[in-house]
Amino acid sequence: MSDRRCDRCQEREAVIHLHRQTGEETVVLHLCERCAAEQGVETTISLGKTPVGSFLASMGKGLEAPGGVALAPGGRCPRCGATLSDFRESGRLGCGECYRAFEAPLRDLLRRLHGSSRHLGERYHAPGNGREPEPEDSRRLREQLRLAVETENFELAAELRDRLRALGGAENEG
Amino acid sequence: MIDLSLLPDGGLAWLDGSGPASQLVLSTRIRLARNLATYPFGLRASARDRESILREVLAVARETVSLRRAVSFRLDRLGREDRQLLHERHLVSKELAGLEEPGVVRPAAALIVQDRVGVMLNEEDHLRLQGLVSGFALDQAYQEVDRLDSELGQRLPFAFHPEFGYLTSCPTNVGTGLRASVLIHLPGLVLTKEISKVLQGLAQVGLTFRGLYGEGSEVVGNFFQLSNQTTLGKSERELLDHLGKMVRQVVEYEEQAREVLLRDVPTIIEDKVWRAYGLLRHARTLSFEETMNLLSGVRLGVSLGLIDRVGLYALNKLLVYTQPAHLAATEGVAVDDPELNVRRARYVRTLLENEAGRRG
Repeated sequence: MSDRRCDRCQEREAVIHLHRQTGEETVVLHLCERCAAEQGVETTISLGKTPVGSFLASMGKGLEAPGGVALAPGGRCPRCGATLSDFRESGRLGCGECYRAFEAPLRDLLRRLHGSSRHLGERYHAPGNGREPEPEDSRRLREQLRLAVETENFELAAELRDRLRALGGAENEG
Repeated sequence: MIDLSLLPDGGLAWLDGSGPASQLVLSTRIRLARNLATYPFGLRASARDRESILREVLAVARETVSLRRAVSFRLDRLGREDRQLLHERHLVSKELAGLEEPGVVRPAAALIVQDRVGVMLNEEDHLRLQGLVSGFALDQAYQEVDRLDSELGQRLPFAFHPEFGYLTSCPTNVGTGLRASVLIHLPGLVLTKEISKVLQGLAQVGLTFRGLYGEGSEVVGNFFQLSNQTTLGKSERELLDHLGKMVRQVVEYEEQAREVLLRDVPTIIEDKVWRAYGLLRHARTLSFEETMNLLSGVRLGVSLGLIDRVGLYALNKLLVYTQPAHLAATEGVAVDDPELNVRRARYVRTLLENEAGRRG
């Protein structure tokens, strides 16, 4: 899925996924960084000059702003109680669990900030546990799927559904 | 008053001027942002959480080879001048030192330091591991901090997400948590007015710049800290290679600018660097900022081979010891002493006289 070409130039890899609301319909545009910039979407190229603060302030307003990246409001982090609007105000997450609670909107934000949401650096192995920490479980994936559908991130929803299927837990998910 | 000589190397190994490309690059610093999975991040952590974090990390640090001879300081128990001293040494951020408005140190803010590595505790992230080396040496700085990271990570449960990587308080640091900064002197590009073009070019390739004291600080004395802007989507190696490649490019531009200056306006340049030297050698009062700017001129003169009465180490030493808290500590006066500028001029004069005498 990450190999998707840009819808506009059909050449470069699409890294920005733009959700546009037209009446009842949501159209998803997959764009490369350059075409996105030409469409007026902030990317890492323009970030050099843009303080992260003002950029964060625009978070979550994407639903009203045509052409913005959609970030729907979420609930509370079950662990520290932080909300998305706390994050919008302070620019800081409350705890590690916040990254799971707000995974879908954060994934979009990380793509805009860094051009990618996938960590390619060193993998961490928690103490006394030779494996990767936090193996994927279907309960968590289902929660992510629910959030992705809620935030109309259909591309992610499809990816999560595939991952759930692979885990063998999607039969009853409809 | 803390005795900085207690630090294994006085915390100044990075200024010895021995590292690669030392004429242009003062130091290379790499920091890794890490958080414990078991506590809320900086903004939401209670004073009690912060005390527990400090206790846990200190206990592990005692068992850590990279920190076997380390010294630790609780910043919340130090006076303002001591905190400023540690900040001027680039060992703690302005925020951790409580030097930002309103000037409050947060509970359990601490520093652990040994040789070329250090850990800031209870900053925005629970841990900010740092490797600091002399000259342009990204690989060496990374090896230092990577070893510390591996050792600590074996005993402390870091917050990590399979897709996003190391989790940080601010999403701009997530992933590798790595920020590499190269402190570089660019008077040639400033004098030829090419600097804004170069900085714009860096922004376009995902790099950013800051002043002498890091985030939010102004550029003084033509010193720039060049660093990576993004931390996610690339491996540590890729981030360092990219920064390294671009810094080498900037070094080349700076050298070209200097050649142009020497070729087109040699008399102006020679006059400029000698005037800077003359003022430092004879002035009776010097503000910190003026000192930095004059030191920049002399540094340019030394690296162009126009001035031989002073060496790089002496210039680096002046850079550190003419800072307000350092000067006040050396002279045994308060930072707000009304005579500080007079004392600074005397300090600089004496050091330059001795240096000229020594070099004969």
